[in-house]
Amino acid sequence: MSATLQGDDIIICEGVSKWYGSFQALSGVSLRIARGEVVVVCGPSGSGKSTFIRTINRLEEHQVGRITVDGIEMTSDIRNIDAIRREVGMVFQQFNLFPHLTVMQNITLAPIWVRGRTRRASEARALELLERVGIAEQATKYPGQLSGGQQQRVAIARALAMDPKIMLFDEPTSALDPEMVKEVLDVMKTLARGGMTMVCVTHEMGFAREVADRIVFMDHGQIVEEGTPEALFANPQQERTRLFLSQIL
Amino acid sequence: MVTDGATARIPSPDIQRMVTWVRANLFSTWYNAVITIVLVYGLISALVGLAGWVAQAQGWPAAFTNMKLILAWTYPNDQIWRPQLAVLFVAALLGLSAGVWRGVVQLVAIGAALTAGILAVPAIGLPEFAGMVGLPSWLALATSVALLLLGIPIGRRAGGWLRWVLIIAWITAYPIVILIVRGGIGLPVVETKLWGGLMLTLLLAISGIVLSFPIGVALALGRRSRLPIIRIFCIAYIELIRGVPLVTVLYMGSLLLPLFLPGGESVDQFIRAMVAVTLFSAAYLAENVRGGLQALPAGQTEAARALGLNVVQTTFLITLPQALRAIVPLLVGQSIGLFKDTSLVVIVGLIDLLGAAQNVVGQPDWLGTPGGVWRETFLVIAALYWVFSFTMSRVSKRIEDSFAKSRH
Ligand SMILES: Nc1ncnc2c1ncn2[C@@H]1O[C@H](COP(=O)(O)OP(=O)(O)OP(=O)(O)O)[C@@H](O)[C@H]1O
Ligand SMILES: [Mg+2]
Repeated sequence: MSATLQGDDIIICEGVSKWYGSFQALSGVSLRIARGEVVVVCGPSGSGKSTFIRTINRLEEHQVGRITVDGIEMTSDIRNIDAIRREVGMVFQQFNLFPHLTVMQNITLAPIWVRGRTRRASEARALELLERVGIAEQATKYPGQLSGGQQQRVAIARALAMDPKIMLFDEPTSALDPEMVKEVLDVMKTLARGGMTMVCVTHEMGFAREVADRIVFMDHGQIVEEGTPEALFANPQQERTRLFLSQIL
Repeated sequence: MVTDGATARIPSPDIQRMVTWVRANLFSTWYNAVITIVLVYGLISALVGLAGWVAQAQGWPAAFTNMKLILAWTYPNDQIWRPQLAVLFVAALLGLSAGVWRGVVQLVAIGAALTAGILAVPAIGLPEFAGMVGLPSWLALATSVALLLLGIPIGRRAGGWLRWVLIIAWITAYPIVILIVRGGIGLPVVETKLWGGLMLTLLLAISGIVLSFPIGVALALGRRSRLPIIRIFCIAYIELIRGVPLVTVLYMGSLLLPLFLPGGESVDQFIRAMVAVTLFSAAYLAENVRGGLQALPAGQTEAARALGLNVVQTTFLITLPQALRAIVPLLVGQSIGLFKDTSLVVIVGLIDLLGAAQNVVGQPDWLGTPGGVWRETFLVIAALYWVFSFTMSRVSKRIEDSFAKSRH
């Protein structure tokens, strides 16, 4: 699949390795993701999923290999990093909303300060996004006054407000009570169907089956196996993948 | 004897609750009851004793006749209208601001009014020094109380424009006050060596608090800097200052500075003390701010960086505002400490509020008063320090509450 779309790959990782001190967290990870593709990354705890997804926007620095995002190569040049971060939105497991700002301020902060948009335009856009994630009535509240599911939807709206070309999700539903997982997944599904390029670390296999173009299985800092959800679920090639899937399905 | 009214009245829930509380907390066991009774007896006899002494004490006129000395020490009598003008200016500003912003500002205004009231009322009609050009001390104080209190309703009713006028006025207030009090530009200069009393304490404490704030924040950020030179400098500075008492820093400022700095002897004593107090306070403030920054979850910075905010934006929009909110109680506690510590400037020859009081008490005029006048005078000074510190801690409480509201 990636071969046919080679010219349109928006994320290209080639032989990416990363060490924490002497511990190797990523060993030669290569992955190409096409524009509009939805990729789900899964694997056991400690396998390097977070580390990998965080190298894509340089929250973690890789030591070996090349990462190219939307044609910009990730180097230590801060201008490249900033340019990439403007195009890549991220949603965290712990939401990481800014507790001292209202929902509206959380969402408009980056468009105003990073994109240089006017307050008026940013607020109009924020309301539109809040409408889309289904919580337009919460704009004046503080994050602490919202439920977990609402907070995570605000976090998604906050990332979308920058009009990113790529969205990264690192276990966006793991910190949520079961009854709130669906409302967040629904927002993510809509986003996926709307053509957004998405890389999601998640163990929600129902979500993967429904909207993922590809599933990547990681273990010990390496990509063990990848394929379409149908192929991977029905017929995993590797023993480790089989074992992992049997545990979570 | 039980009257009809008393038996018929059903105790209100408040009173019932109070009775329950008293039973549960003060008379729960026989020994708790004994302790309660002994302590209450002790407290009442102490209060009765104090009241009796206050009523018969001879020294009250002494504490208040020399009001001008306690307020402004040896500031020239014929220029005394200038600090008075400065006080009235600030009182008017504070009163109006209290009306506009209410909350915390109103607390400060009421605290200030209380302070001025404590000094003004007992001094009414007492004689003043000859050659004073200005209002009698008590009248100046009473006027500022009036401005503080009248400003509140006026500020409440005024339109939004007043907000902006006040903001601009506050930004320029410090230089204006210094200009009025110190002189220059048309006004004859009054050397700082003539300053003293409450005026000196306030100017020192407020400059110390206001100036040490940006320096302390800068040191805290510098201590977390990636550049080793900046980090090492900040660590060295903070640890050096925290390793010595304020007295030492004051001595260094007053005795060593002139030796190190070319022309240092021409820098006047007040500025040296101000610099010393500021630099001292900044080191402690830096550590408080650093603590606040460290307590923030790493996710806050990560989220900001992921959104594309740069390091400066992340610091000033995300981390610093949260850190400062978290440490408001520490900051207020430090300000209270600084306010009281300014009394140490006596050792470098400045006469602050406490120093002025000490001098007043020692005057030969009071030799005839049995027992001297020190109890009365120091009681007044203690009341002043207390009102200030208590106001500040109420302010802290109010700020904490308002932040707590925004979080839940
Ligand atoms: N800052 C760090 N310093 C040292 N080691 C780290 C650091 N962050 C992660 N690691 C290690 O790197 C490995 C990969 O971590 P990572 O967080 O990427 O795993 P993960 O696949 O996201 O796991 P989980 O499902 O538990 O989130 C783990 O063994 C972890 O202990
Ligand atoms: Mg993880």
